[in-house]
Amino acid sequence: MAVHQGRGFACINYPIGMNLGGDPSQALVHSTPDGRFMVTLSAIDLGQGMKSVARQIAAETLGVPVAHVYVDTADSDTGPHDMGSFASRGTHRVGNAVIRAATEARQQMLEAAAEELEVNASDLDTDGKGNIHVKGAPGRSISVADTAIAAQFKQGRTLSGRGIFLIPPSGADPDTGEMTPVTCFAHAALIVDLEVDDETGVVTVKAINSAYEVGRALNPKLVEQQLIGGAWMGVSHALYETTEPYYPARDHGPLDFNTYLMPGPAEVVPHDIAVLERPAEDAPYGGKGPGEMCANPVLPAIANAVYNAVGVRCDSLPITPEMVLRGLRANGGARPQARR
Amino acid sequence: MSSIEFRKDLFADERVEGLKEIGKPTIRQDILGHVTGRTPYYDDHLFDGLLHMRCVRSPHHHARIRSVDTSAAERMAGVRRIVRPSDVPHNLNTLLSLINFGRDDEPLLQPKKASYRGEPILAVIADTEHQARAAAAAVRVDWEVLPHVLDVEEALQPNAPTVNEVFPDNTFEYGPYDHQKLRFGDVETAFAASYRIVEGRYQMSPIEQAPIETCGAIAAPETNDRYVCHTSTQALFFSLGTTAKLLGIDSSRLHFIGGTVGGGFGGKVDSIVEPMAVLGAVLTGRPVKFMWDREEEMQVGAPRGAERWYIKDGVAQDGRILARQFTGFFDSGAYTRLSSYAIVKGVGHLPGPYSIPNVSANVYCVFTNRTPATAMRGFGITGVDFAIECHMDKVAEAVGIDPIELRILNAYRDGDMKAHRRLAKNTALIECCQVAAAKARWPIGAGSSSASSLAGGGERALIPETVTDTEGRVGERRQGRTATAPPRKGTGRVAAGTAGKAVVAAPPQRPDMVGDPERFGRKMGGPVPSQPAPAPMIAQPQPRPGGPSLPAAFTPPTGFAPAQPQPPSAPQPPTAPQSAPDAGPYQPDQPFQRGVIRPGASRFVSGIRRR
Repeated sequence: MAVHQGRGFACINYPIGMNLGGDPSQALVHSTPDGRFMVTLSAIDLGQGMKSVARQIAAETLGVPVAHVYVDTADSDTGPHDMGSFASRGTHRVGNAVIRAATEARQQMLEAAAEELEVNASDLDTDGKGNIHVKGAPGRSISVADTAIAAQFKQGRTLSGRGIFLIPPSGADPDTGEMTPVTCFAHAALIVDLEVDDETGVVTVKAINSAYEVGRALNPKLVEQQLIGGAWMGVSHALYETTEPYYPARDHGPLDFNTYLMPGPAEVVPHDIAVLERPAEDAPYGGKGPGEMCANPVLPAIANAVYNAVGVRCDSLPITPEMVLRGLRANGGARPQARR
Repeated sequence: MSSIEFRKDLFADERVEGLKEIGKPTIRQDILGHVTGRTPYYDDHLFDGLLHMRCVRSPHHHARIRSVDTSAAERMAGVRRIVRPSDVPHNLNTLLSLINFGRDDEPLLQPKKASYRGEPILAVIADTEHQARAAAAAVRVDWEVLPHVLDVEEALQPNAPTVNEVFPDNTFEYGPYDHQKLRFGDVETAFAASYRIVEGRYQMSPIEQAPIETCGAIAAPETNDRYVCHTSTQALFFSLGTTAKLLGIDSSRLHFIGGTVGGGFGGKVDSIVEPMAVLGAVLTGRPVKFMWDREEEMQVGAPRGAERWYIKDGVAQDGRILARQFTGFFDSGAYTRLSSYAIVKGVGHLPGPYSIPNVSANVYCVFTNRTPATAMRGFGITGVDFAIECHMDKVAEAVGIDPIELRILNAYRDGDMKAHRRLAKNTALIECCQVAAAKARWPIGAGSSSASSLAGGGERALIPETVTDTEGRVGERRQGRTATAPPRKGTGRVAAGTAGKAVVAAPPQRPDMVGDPERFGRKMGGPVPSQPAPAPMIAQPQPRPGGPSLPAAFTPPTGFAPAQPQPPSAPQPPTAPQSAPDAGPYQPDQPFQRGVIRPGASRFVSGIRRR
């Protein structure tokens, strides 16, 4: 009886946004009387940071500090239509809608500032710190706050914008499957190191090394949170979780967290991540949603590592100790494969 | 300890760095509320006289309802209303009818025949949750238990019981077929020319989304003949539109509030709790809460569905995969929900991130007598990625090649033709493989280390002549034995090079929504087509002769409530910020501060959370 080391690999790509389109998102941006900006959405923040990403995109596009932007979501009376937070569509669709809305609002803002500074709007730029200045002449400037006040109370202008992003709906050919599923893809490759105890069948994941390509990390901390958490979920899917442990039989279904197996914080695997950024053509600032895809490569990498450790092919999930032990018995014991 | 590094050296020539806010680790504006327990979720909305709703559910996998006796329940303390299927104005729906996909197949409350264990047939509204539970338990149902089917392949047998009468063959329909086909090249001929054939069968069991906050909604009548609904939904207008349809109510009479959700992972798209809560408010004129307990979340709430995949590869001696064939089964449970759609997504994903010149697939959305499946993180992709990547290791073993090198050898690259007949672009699989291998000190050869995602196209961009067939027409399978895998002999051919045009995003509607491309972070003139980031969608989608067309029945979504011609998506403009009435004379040269409600501040004055 022994503990065997194993190493497994998997790589994936992942489609960003709702398959075959047809999923619009809208955004509205307007200035407050004190020269801040409100982004109004119907997007849902599941904890993934939807509001944070929308806020950063709006601030970057408007050219104002992120502290001067607030996000209000999701009230159907005030927030414009949005299909929802699923299919890795939030950042892509909502982000693009926010860019368009914020671009229009920025244009209004520059025009209002141009009137105050008595210059042409196309000669103006923002410094990202809350000021608008004449290009090449930073001394000649007006604050965004004063611009908003002048626009609202002197010029009678709104500093606002609206945006929508839609990939028009299309179909799949029933005979060939031809289609335009999505417009951009994220990528990942991942190596799992684990141990298999051939006496108990227990698999313990020891380390993960990974590379994730996310277009652009719009907020590196939010990306890190997604990748660490997603890999944790991947380990959980691979080794523990199911509502039907003897699928397709429905017996022994868990009813609560006592019987539905999930790892705790202590089982977060040490995970060394490299983030690659290849901006996508139609994604906001090139960013692709990392949220969904990050769990996917972990499942097969663990199955491949278990084979590498003890020579048991685990072609169904989850890889329970029972499955490993039955595989070992069928093989007449552990058959460790070549060390990598 | 974990670590993260950003490989700014890779693809540097395609990126503008130095953006002011994008790429910064800005802390979330709402984090203080989250970590101090002040953030309000749907269940934090107090209403005077809140009523509670609980469902009566089928204890059987498959059973006809002979009769229901609610007399005892009606007499119990605190019971306000028994909600019956006949109380639901339009008691049949399918989620994706909002985008005109699929066919209505699922009642909110089942009137005739329960098709899975836990299917709701009745609801009780009472003053307290305890009273509602007790009354629901006192409802007596006379069941006629029917034979059931739980396995996807058994459900396709001629003698299998029909799970869902809207789809009598136990399969969703894709055009004339009972499965979605993918045909690219000539798989059988390539198999014959292969050095090795590698086959595998893969199975993923159902998985619970397991959010901390269970699905639920609180609805209440508003004084203006509307209903407000605080919800945990992941998709506000999806849930609003579904509620409007099921309840036959103008969607503009619904006021949905959500946006902050205690974990979703895909399990909060199904829009069941919202119509239930609003229906309760309509029937009682009182605020009503409908919230799943943990057991319902685990066993009645839709999980990530089970998937079964068969893969067969034909491989050359040097490791190039010449042909790949899939037969896939999505276990949709008793109703469609979103599985039908995930299959099309999954088929568009095949054969994985690899350039394989011959690919075929038959993928089935199968109805069985189990809890309907729905979305979960990676929906439509996670299961088949597990299958593909386990299979890649088997192929590597069969031809004696390092698993990472096998992937790099077969990886898709910019300009390669994908099996769904669109060119790959913006790819980075090879670089991910190289970086991961280096990080883990997994040695790969010089050829693999120097490969690049940029070096695709050419011959790899060609679309081969394709063998097609018409096997598996709707209704054929259950009349006799029809194989589930793609047939060995085709009956038709599609000429080489046949493809329609890619669909791109609708362009910005006004010129002032088009920003200066340099401000959006992508370098112009790089190897990627040099359209500005938000404006690469200038091209309108072209009519696509020879390409896939929308289903004949397809019309653009016209709205959420069938009775209502105006789409509710026309937004109310945000109301202008109000200054307090006592703000005093305004001085334009002074910062305007007084009377402005501080955005982001908690609506809760006290820190005490309601139980």
